Amino acid sequence: MMDETREIPGIGSGVIAVARRDLLLAWKRPGDILNPLFFFAMVSTLFPLGTGPSAEQLKFSGPGVLWVAALLATLVSLHTLFLQDHEDGSLDQLLVSPQPLPGLVLGKTMAHWLTSGVPLVLVTPIVAVAYRMSADVIGVLMITLAFGTVSLSLLGSVGAALTVGLHRATALLSLLILPLAMPILIVGAGAVSLAAGNEGMSGGVYFLAAYAIGALSLAPYATAAALRISNE
Amino acid sequence: MTSKLLASELTLFRGERCLFTDLDFALDASEMLLLEGKNGSGKTSLLRAIAGLIEFESGQIEWNGVPVKKQRQVFHGALAWMSHRTGLKGDLTLIENLRFEASLRAQKDVEFDVVLRRLGIERLTKLPLRALSAGQQRRVALARMLLTDVPLWLMDEPFTNLDRQGRALVLELVDEHLADGGMCIMAAHQDAVINGTTRRVTL
Repeated sequence: MMDETREIPGIGSGVIAVARRDLLLAWKRPGDILNPLFFFAMVSTLFPLGTGPSAEQLKFSGPGVLWVAALLATLVSLHTLFLQDHEDGSLDQLLVSPQPLPGLVLGKTMAHWLTSGVPLVLVTPIVAVAYRMSADVIGVLMITLAFGTVSLSLLGSVGAALTVGLHRATALLSLLILPLAMPILIVGAGAVSLAAGNEGMSGGVYFLAAYAIGALSLAPYATAAALRISNE
Repeated sequence: MTSKLLASELTLFRGERCLFTDLDFALDASEMLLLEGKNGSGKTSLLRAIAGLIEFESGQIEWNGVPVKKQRQVFHGALAWMSHRTGLKGDLTLIENLRFEASLRAQKDVEFDVVLRRLGIERLTKLPLRALSAGQQRRVALARMLLTDVPLWLMDEPFTNLDRQGRALVLELVDEHLADGGMCIMAAHQDAVINGTTRRVTL
């Protein structure tokens, strides 16, 4: 006989279940992780070829170029966030599961950050050395990128949820989240430039941390609401 | 407590087109509701709307006397959804897919073996789901539905891709589910003949 008085599972179990499944999927399809990384490395190595490889030039443009490349690489990886789940019907299954949807969405976004943001932060030193950055500056770059990619994954989940029913919506997705992502880019690249000039950059890092926490507390709800609307 | 589903004055639009207005039905434990109608008449949409995947224009559904909108999680904890898209991950193995569903429902120590043997897919557990045929994947979706152990089954075209034994098995499983006090809402092209009580809605 079926158990009619079953408990509603807690929010934590859903977060972990979805994050684990998505990490397992990423493990089985490493291409999805590597593509944005190659993109990041390519853009940041091509740039000096275009602008000239002099040391001052590289030092001057380095923070901005690396930040823009990281932003674009994250955008590239974002449009697939809900796409496959939508196509194979597992998004429907998530929507009718007894879990609170914001929790499931948070799990997906966590897995996305672990498979896109973290690898990006980890390869940054290799690329940054080519831009003649000192170890201190690379440290600041990595910290700002770590906070920045958290925010980008969360913002992107809202955009990806809004565009999930549309075909080829990559451009629209970028258009939706870029305005919100711009402060991250400006402050992030600015903090790295300040660090390179031996000036105080802690304000920028605090801003990025605050932005990430704000996004963490709001974005899952926005994404959940967007999914309920756009998953027709 | 026996389960009861009550739908009153449902109206559903898809885009500008009205699929049905003021549709009423009720479903008690041990009953099946068969949705009939030709292609495009809105069977799938009705099922999706019952599951809460799309919104009714007006009307409401009550589960055990409470509108489902006020107890979404309870209602979703009581239903299993199976559609033409299986909702299974092709890159994961059969067992990984089923484990995910169990963890989503916070079920512990689920016994997969009996259900898998019943559906004739016990030898396929280590293969990625992509390597399975469409009919076998459908059997996996059925296994997931059985393992969730919920009272309300929503099935959209459950016979698609199944061989004759498979189709008979679906009916057998539904019969057992109803005998066990469950209920089932099914949209199907072919007539589903079962031993239990069948109600019909024609769209």
